[in-house]
Amino acid sequence: MPMRYSPSAVVVLCLLAVMLVATVAPAAPTINGAGATFPEPIYALWMSKYYELNGVKINYQGIGSSGGIRQIEAGTVDFGGSDAPMKAPDLAESGLMQFPMVVGGVVPIVNLEGVAPGQLKLSPGLLAEVFAGEIMYWDDPAIRNLNPDIKLPHKAVTVVHRAEGSGTTWIFTNYLDKVSAKWHEKIGSGKTVAWPTGVGAKGNPGVAAYVQRVDGSIGYVEYAYAVQNALPHVSLRNAAGEFVQPTVESFQAAAANADWAGAEGYYMVLTDQPGKATWPIVGATFILVHKEMEDAETAKVMLGFFDWCYKHGGEMALEKDYVPIPENVVAMVQESWKTELTAGGQPVW
Amino acid sequence: MPETSGQHRADITFKLITAFCALAVIVLMGGIFIELLRNSLPSIRTFGLGFLTSDAWNPGASEFGALSSMYGTLVSTGIAMLIAVPLGLIIAIYLVEVAHPAVSRVVGGAVELLAAIPSIIYGMWGLFVFAGVMQDHVQPALGETLGFLPLFQGPPMGIGMLTAGIVLAIMVLPFITAVTRDVLLMVPPVLKESAHGVGSTMWESVRSVSLRYGRRGIIGAVFLGFGRALGETMAVTFVIGNSHRISASLFAAGNTIASSLANEFNEASEPLYLSSLVQLALVLFAITLVFQSVAHVWFGKLQQMETGQR
Amino acid sequence: MIPRGVGGRHFADRAVRVIMIPAALSGIAILAWILWEVISRGASAIDWAFLTRLPSPPGVEGGGLGNAIVGTLLMTVLATAIGAPLGLLAGVFLAEFGPRSRIATAVRFTSNLLMGTPSIIIGVFVYALIVLRTGHFSGWAGAVALAILILPVVLRTTEDMLNLVPDELRESGLALGAPRWRVTLWIIFRAAKTGLVTGVLLAVARVSGETAPLLFTSLNSFYWPETLGEPTANLTVTIFNYAMSPYADWQQKAWGASFLITVSVLIVAVLARFSFQKRSRQS
Repeated sequence: MPMRYSPSAVVVLCLLAVMLVATVAPAAPTINGAGATFPEPIYALWMSKYYELNGVKINYQGIGSSGGIRQIEAGTVDFGGSDAPMKAPDLAESGLMQFPMVVGGVVPIVNLEGVAPGQLKLSPGLLAEVFAGEIMYWDDPAIRNLNPDIKLPHKAVTVVHRAEGSGTTWIFTNYLDKVSAKWHEKIGSGKTVAWPTGVGAKGNPGVAAYVQRVDGSIGYVEYAYAVQNALPHVSLRNAAGEFVQPTVESFQAAAANADWAGAEGYYMVLTDQPGKATWPIVGATFILVHKEMEDAETAKVMLGFFDWCYKHGGEMALEKDYVPIPENVVAMVQESWKTELTAGGQPVW
Repeated sequence: MPETSGQHRADITFKLITAFCALAVIVLMGGIFIELLRNSLPSIRTFGLGFLTSDAWNPGASEFGALSSMYGTLVSTGIAMLIAVPLGLIIAIYLVEVAHPAVSRVVGGAVELLAAIPSIIYGMWGLFVFAGVMQDHVQPALGETLGFLPLFQGPPMGIGMLTAGIVLAIMVLPFITAVTRDVLLMVPPVLKESAHGVGSTMWESVRSVSLRYGRRGIIGAVFLGFGRALGETMAVTFVIGNSHRISASLFAAGNTIASSLANEFNEASEPLYLSSLVQLALVLFAITLVFQSVAHVWFGKLQQMETGQR
Repeated sequence: MIPRGVGGRHFADRAVRVIMIPAALSGIAILAWILWEVISRGASAIDWAFLTRLPSPPGVEGGGLGNAIVGTLLMTVLATAIGAPLGLLAGVFLAEFGPRSRIATAVRFTSNLLMGTPSIIIGVFVYALIVLRTGHFSGWAGAVALAILILPVVLRTTEDMLNLVPDELRESGLALGAPRWRVTLWIIFRAAKTGLVTGVLLAVARVSGETAPLLFTSLNSFYWPETLGEPTANLTVTIFNYAMSPYADWQQKAWGASFLITVSVLIVAVLARFSFQKRSRQS
């Protein structure tokens, strides 16, 4: 019986051949990173610009700071992103190096009819009470006292927090922990906490999305997300007793206090910093890499990208209301690259 | 023509290859169980059986328990079946008994196609379209009329357990409708005609003849639908609100095992956290296995009963 | 049966009809509503850029999901290449070699269990099996996860279709002296070809819309899939990420992707059904 080849079999075989070629053919290395969504707006911009200029692909997935730490520790990505800095002993144990990439501010956002951005004022204690679920309605006397000129509706307060381990949560709860003894006692701070109330959203974008949708909700996001999505932010009273708006200058005021030289492993907390114009909830976001890298080529390409971000990404960062890392700190970081990062026994930078 | 030994060997090879592929299924199932168990061990060792009864979920303090996830899984599935089964039956009966045959064919075909739509589409619709309707209209109405029940108290957020249950119901609905319709269409016309011949009404004929005849197929569909709803991820994750607290109110946010996995698996940073999540997966796996096995056995018995009677 | 007057029974029948019709119509209306939303919101998002360009950062115009489309196609084809032959051969074993044997019953039962296993659990399994061991997310892992989903479906349909082929065909083939494997592959497969292809197509349709198993295996990527050894872009995880984002343009792209998947799945399902009906009418 003569064999006849069915056309469909031929098609399938061709497809398979194409795929085999595609999968086996060598490709320019893609640098894979994952982690915090806090810096994602500026990272995304930097990465697409860098790709335009150099054709180098950096693929960053915003899965939250905890995810970033986990993936870099497991070695499934080339670098991790986290806004919750690791302490030096933990870094040493995991064989990781940490360095700051950019500084940003965390702002509470609300969805309340008739409330414009920056209009609603909250004191630190009140903020903690709201997120602890102790304030049930927006027209609570405590809120009304601080905001006599706003007509607050009798609407239930819906808290929106993060569902996964988040550096943004770490920065936010770090602040609440500092300013409220009750919060410190009952809830504490960390990348996740046992939120007594509210809804969990994935990533900064998820929180923004839920606040957008749910009337009467309050959440916390990195400032770029509030701007991007035109979500009304809250004005907070800082340590100096002034009600401030989140501007890049107010973030810079907080970052100016940072003593990077004295920070072991670049561990830095920037919440509740002194100063009249300081925004009280500011934090740095960090990149985590292995001290001993697998491939020198990949390492060089990756560090080259970060170097470009430091040297040429400052303006883009300021435009998105992030504060770039100052030059002297960049010099310190790159010195650390030289001394601490190796591949196959040889330094990579 | 006598068989040559070469052909005989080829036949044996063929049989071995196919047997190998068939056994691969069993090996795969075993492998899934083993991998899940292996990766759950840290969590099992730490929490023991208490994992199943604890409603804690505090990654910061490394305390984990499956209770809120199991609760959410069962409640959302329960709501879904309570809505989808009666509605599916009604639609199927309507299509088969009442509607014009052309309508029945067109709508029936459309429902079958809807059953093929991936569940993430239902999740999308639930989040972007339905959640708003729930928050603005349905939940306030329920709160006003039935708000004395703890089930319907609390602020209407649009997202939450009730919304997730309803979206799940809508996802399962086409499947139950399509199968029930197929089953009802297979009832021999002679049975229905004889029922009508002795003077029964449409409803009586449906109830006593068609539904009885197709009982096994319908119950099978319900079981399959239940099994799908238990493990459904995308239709639920978008709208359930991701909270690990157990609340009496259906308006509150919750989580299911599947939604917790989807939201937290890639982000679990400590080994114990990851292990607890894998243990959740193991629990769901066990629940679906037990459920399917029970259904299988019960079905077999039902089949025996029916063939015995006929 | 409680004897009732004729009036009572007619009343019951009428009452049921009165309740039934609005209930049925509202159920149908909701399903139609969903289709309508997917079409209206999704179709407008599809343009040439959508189909061919790479994703752009939120707020930047002109991006697309070309890479996700290619990634989904690649992984689906690969998954089919792995899962369908396994399912076909396993189905052959169940149908041709001792269908009532204990092994066959065990395999059949296990296959049903596998089919009813939630796809997210398959995702967790493949994560532990492949991602953890290789140390990175990859399109391979995603394809394997999808293949595991395809396998039991193809197994079941293959066994059903092969069982429909009358024994006479097998017996005549064997009587002519053809070896077993030839009879099965050349004669039986030919006879059941349409049904087998339908089964594979339906399995593919089901699997191409799956999200959960890809969440922990192939992850996602912003670039063209040049190799499957890395995180691979795909439509479903993209929908998941974009839908939960606050950006209107990303949300619109999520609808576009949903529309694309829905249309593809529906086309495949309709094609499969039509070709099967046509052939069975012909034979």
